[in-house]
Amino acid sequence: MNSWRLALRGLGRDWLSGELGVLSAALLVAVAAMTAIGFFTERVGVAMDREAAGVLAADLVVSSRAELDPQWQAAAIDFRLASARTLSFPSVVIAGEASTLVEVRAVSETYPLRGTLRIRDDFFGQAREISGGPIRGSAWADPRLLARLASDVGNELGVGATRLATVALLDHVPDRGWGFVDLAPTLLINIDDVAATELVQPGSRVRHQFLFAGEARDVEQFRRWIKPRLTDGQRLVTLDEAQPEIRRALDRARRFLGLAAIVAVLLAGIAIAMSARHYVARHLDLAALMKCLGARQADILRMNLVQLLLLALLAAVFGSLIGYAGQALLVNVVGELIASDLPAAGLRPAALGLATAVLMLAGFALPALMQLRRTPPARVLRHDLAPPPLRNLVIYAAALGSLAALLWWLIRDFSLMAWITLGAVATAGLLTLAGWGLVAITGRMRGRVGVAWRYGLANIARRGRDSVVQITAFGLSLMVLLLLGIVRNDLLEGWQATLPDDAPNHFMINIQADETDALRGFFSENSLPEPALVPLVRARLRAINEIEVDGKYEPGSRAERFVNREANLSYSSDLPPANKVTAGQFWQDEPPTPEVSVEEEFAESLRITLGDTLTFNIAGEQLVATVTSLRSVDWDSFQPNFFLLLSPASLRGFPATFISSLYIDEARRPLLLDMIKRFPSITTIDMQAILNQVRGVIDKAVLAVEYVFGFTLLAGLMVLLAAVQTTREERRYESAMLRTLGARKNVVLAGLASEFVALGLLAGVLAAAGATLSGVLLATQVFDLPVAFNPIIWLVGLAAGTLLVGISGTLATRNAVRQSPVSVLRRI
Amino acid sequence: MTENKDLNFVLRAENLYKRVPSPEGELTILRDIGLEVKGGESVAVAGPSGAGKSTLLALLAGLDEPSAGRVWLDGAELTALDEDGRAELRARRVGFVFQSFHLIASLTAVENVMLPLELAGRKDAGAAADAVLEQVGLLPRRRHYPRQLSGGEKQRVAIARAFVTEPAVLFADEPTGNLDTRTGKTIIDLLFSLNARRDTTLVMVTHDVQLANRCDRVIHMDTGGIVDAPAGTASE
Repeated sequence: MNSWRLALRGLGRDWLSGELGVLSAALLVAVAAMTAIGFFTERVGVAMDREAAGVLAADLVVSSRAELDPQWQAAAIDFRLASARTLSFPSVVIAGEASTLVEVRAVSETYPLRGTLRIRDDFFGQAREISGGPIRGSAWADPRLLARLASDVGNELGVGATRLATVALLDHVPDRGWGFVDLAPTLLINIDDVAATELVQPGSRVRHQFLFAGEARDVEQFRRWIKPRLTDGQRLVTLDEAQPEIRRALDRARRFLGLAAIVAVLLAGIAIAMSARHYVARHLDLAALMKCLGARQADILRMNLVQLLLLALLAAVFGSLIGYAGQALLVNVVGELIASDLPAAGLRPAALGLATAVLMLAGFALPALMQLRRTPPARVLRHDLAPPPLRNLVIYAAALGSLAALLWWLIRDFSLMAWITLGAVATAGLLTLAGWGLVAITGRMRGRVGVAWRYGLANIARRGRDSVVQITAFGLSLMVLLLLGIVRNDLLEGWQATLPDDAPNHFMINIQADETDALRGFFSENSLPEPALVPLVRARLRAINEIEVDGKYEPGSRAERFVNREANLSYSSDLPPANKVTAGQFWQDEPPTPEVSVEEEFAESLRITLGDTLTFNIAGEQLVATVTSLRSVDWDSFQPNFFLLLSPASLRGFPATFISSLYIDEARRPLLLDMIKRFPSITTIDMQAILNQVRGVIDKAVLAVEYVFGFTLLAGLMVLLAAVQTTREERRYESAMLRTLGARKNVVLAGLASEFVALGLLAGVLAAAGATLSGVLLATQVFDLPVAFNPIIWLVGLAAGTLLVGISGTLATRNAVRQSPVSVLRRI
Repeated sequence: MTENKDLNFVLRAENLYKRVPSPEGELTILRDIGLEVKGGESVAVAGPSGAGKSTLLALLAGLDEPSAGRVWLDGAELTALDEDGRAELRARRVGFVFQSFHLIASLTAVENVMLPLELAGRKDAGAAADAVLEQVGLLPRRRHYPRQLSGGEKQRVAIARAFVTEPAVLFADEPTGNLDTRTGKTIIDLLFSLNARRDTTLVMVTHDVQLANRCDRVIHMDTGGIVDAPAGTASE
C-alpha cells in the first residue's frame, strides 16, 4: 500500500481543516524555544572562546621557567598554526635618578596572535589598536611606570645594560596577568633587544612562552602532539583554563535558560498530548474503515508514523527559523552583556530543533496515535466501539522519557536533573491541588450568579480535569513571569537597600607603610573622612598542626589552590563589620600568644578545626598561631575581608602594605586623579563600575530569562487552545441546543466569555499566590531580606490572567455560537 | 487454518455466540447462529433494531470475533485467523457497502475505489478502478472529492469500491438507509445488476421488506437469534 501518499493526503486534509493547527503550533513553540536557546548559547560560547583567546593572546600557550625547544615553533607550521614568542622577567628600570620595579615583557613580531594590543601616544591621547610589538630599540610603557619615574613619552629608560626609548604608552595588553595586590607596571620591548639588556642570565627569573593560534581542529591536533613532549615545569594553557569563572558563568546561564525553555516545552507537550487525543478521537472512523478494507495494523501504524515524521520535519524547519529569529532578538536584548560581536551560529542547534520535534511527538503524541491501529474494524458498523484505553503508565513514561532526553541535552548533570524533576513534580502537584480546590469552589458559586455566569461556571466544574490542566498551565507560566518581572525588582531593591548610600565605591591597594601618614593627611586636607587602613601581610601557609600542607590536598582542588598561593593575612583587634563568629570566640584585647580566626568555608576545605595550629612562613620567618574562632563573611559588603585574620601583636613586626575602601561621590572624583599622581604606587579600583556592571548583568540575565519564559506563556496559550479544540463539537452542540431552547446569541456568548474569564481569574489567583509565596521563600531563605508584600503582583496577575485567557478563549470558541442551530443539529 | 470441506458454501457459520460485558452482567447479543450461504447467492438479513443484524454481519465479515463458534469465508476459517490475517482476507475476498457510504474525504472518487486494491498490493489499481467507475456511470467524475458528490453518487462510488476487488462476498449494511426512495431504488438496481454480472455472493442487512424480498433468501432475526419468518413478511 502506498502509505506515503495516503499519509501526505491525510496530513494535507487535516492541516486544511485545522485539525493539526494547535498540535503544530504547540510543536513550533517547543522547537522555537529550544533552538532559540541553542543558537544563542552556541554563539555566546564561540564568543567566549574568542574572548578567552584574547586573554591568552593565543589559542594555546606553552609556558616554562626554562628556555623552550625552538623546534616546537617550527613544528607548529606543519600544523598550520601561527606562533609567537614572549619572555617576561622582573627588573628595575632607571630614568635619570629615579628607578622602579617593572615587569619586562619581550615579544616577537607576531605578538599578539589573538586579542588586541592598544597604545596611546601620550597621557591624554586616544588609545589605538596596533598589531605587533615595539620595534628594536624602543619600548612601550605602562603609564604608572612613567608616573613613578616622573618621566614622559620620548624619554629613554635604562633597562639592564641597554637604553630604550619609550615611544608610546601601553593602554591594553591582552595577556597581562592579574595579581590583585602587587602589580608591577609593564614595559613592553622587542624580543631582539633582550640580549643587549644582559638581564637574562642562567638562574634569572624568566618566564618563556610560546603562543600558538589557528583553526580549532588544528590547535587540538597540535595540543595532542605537544602534550606528551612536555617536561616538568613546562605548562600548557588552553582556552578552557583561561577563564574558568566566565566559562562556569556561561554554563550556569545556559542551564538556567535551558530550564526556562524546558518549562515551555513541558506545557507545549501537554498541549500536544491534548491535541493528539482529540486527533485520535477524530480519526477512529478512518482507521476502522481502512482496516475494514483490508489494512493491517502495521499499515495504519506506518501511515501515522509517516504523518508524524513529516510533521516533525516541518516543525523542525519552521520552528528552527523562528528560534533563529527569536535568538537574534535575544541577542539584541542582552547585546551589551557580550563585549565583542557575536559570531554567526552554526547548524547544530537546528539538529536540536529536529530532535525536539521528534521527541515531543514521540513522547506526547505517539502513544495516543499508536492506539489508532487497535481500532476495532467493526466500528464501521457500530460507532461506539473504540480501541482499549491507553495505560497511564505508558502515557507518563513516554512523556517523561522525552522530557528527560531534552533536559539531558540542556543540563548534562544527573543530580541536577533529579532535583529539577523533584521540584517540577512538587510544584505541579501543589499547583494542581490548588487548581482542584479553586475549581471546586467555583462550581459551588454558580447558584449565586446570573444565567450566563452560571453556564460558564458550570462548564468549568463539569470539565473539571481539563479546567485544572488549563488553570495550572496558564497559572504556571504567569507565575514565572510575575516572579521574574516584579519579585526580581523587589529583591534587587531589597539587596540595594542593605547597602548604605555611602557604601564604599573604591578600593585602594598597595599602600606602603611609609605612605599611610601622608595619605591620611591628603584625606584631611581635602575634607574627606579618614580612611580605615587595613594591614595586609603576605605569607605562605606551611603546616597545619605541624603537618606540612605541601602535597596534602588533592591536585586541582580548592584546598590545593589555597595552600599553593601566597595568603593575604591581616590583623585586627576587633571583629570587622560584615563578619560573624560561627564557632569559638574572637579575641578580646590582646591575647598572650598568636591567635588566628579562619573564614568557615576556607576552614572547611582545608579541614581546619578550632584548636588547630597553623604555621605560616612570612618573609623567611615562621609564625605559629592557634585557631580560636571561625567566621562567616558577607563578601558582598564591599569591605576588605580576609580568610585569615590574626591577633594584632602576632603580625605587627612583619612588613605590611595596607588596603582601604572609600566612598567618594561623583562630584569629587577628580580628587582621585590628584591622589594617584601624589601616590603613584597606590592602585585604585573603581567599584562603582563593578557595582553597576553587576546590576547590569543581573538585569540583562533576568531579561534574557524573562524573554525565554515568553515562550512559556505562548505554550500556556496552546494548552488553552488545545482544550478549546477538544470541546469544540460539544460546545457547538450545546450552543445550538441553548439557542433552540430560546437563548439569545449574546447570552450564549456571554456564557462562554464568563467561563474563560473565570478560568483566567483562577489562573491569575494561582499565579499571584505562587509568585508571592516563591518571593517570600527567596527573600527569607536565599537572600536574607525582609519580606515585603507587593499588591502589584496580584493586580497584574489577575488582570493578565483574566484578559489573556478571557479574550483568547472567547475568540477561539465564538464560532460555536455563530453557526445556525439547524446546521449544527442536522449534522448530529 | 482449517479448510472448509464443503466448497459449495462461500460463507458458513456454526454455533455463533457474541456476548459483551455490561453493567448488569454479561449480555448475549447473538446466540447459537448457524447459517450457510452458497456462492452467487443473495441473502438478506432482516429484523427489528437491536436484533443483532449488524453484529452478525461484523462476525461474518471478520470485523469482530465471536465469543464462541466458528466462521468460514471463501474456504478459510476466519475464526482461526488473527486480526491482520482477517484484514488480508478481506482485502482480497470481501467487499462492503455501508449506509453512510464511508468514503475517505481526502481522496478523490477514483482514489477511494483504488484503495482496497492498493491495500492488497495490486499494481493495476488505477485501470481497474476506472473500469468499475465506468460500470457505475461515474467515470466522468472520477476526480471529484466526496464532498462534491450527491448522496447517490457517493453510494455509487462505494459500490464501485466494493466490487473493484472482485470479492467473493459483498456485505451491505442498509445500503439505501441514507438515500431517498428513488435514488435508493437506482442504487439497489445497480447493486443487483453488478452482483449478477460478477456472480458475487451478497449478504445484505436491511429493514426494507421490499429490498429483502429481491434477495434469493431472507434470514429473519430477533433478540439475537434466527427466527421463522413473522407473518406478513418476506419468507425464504
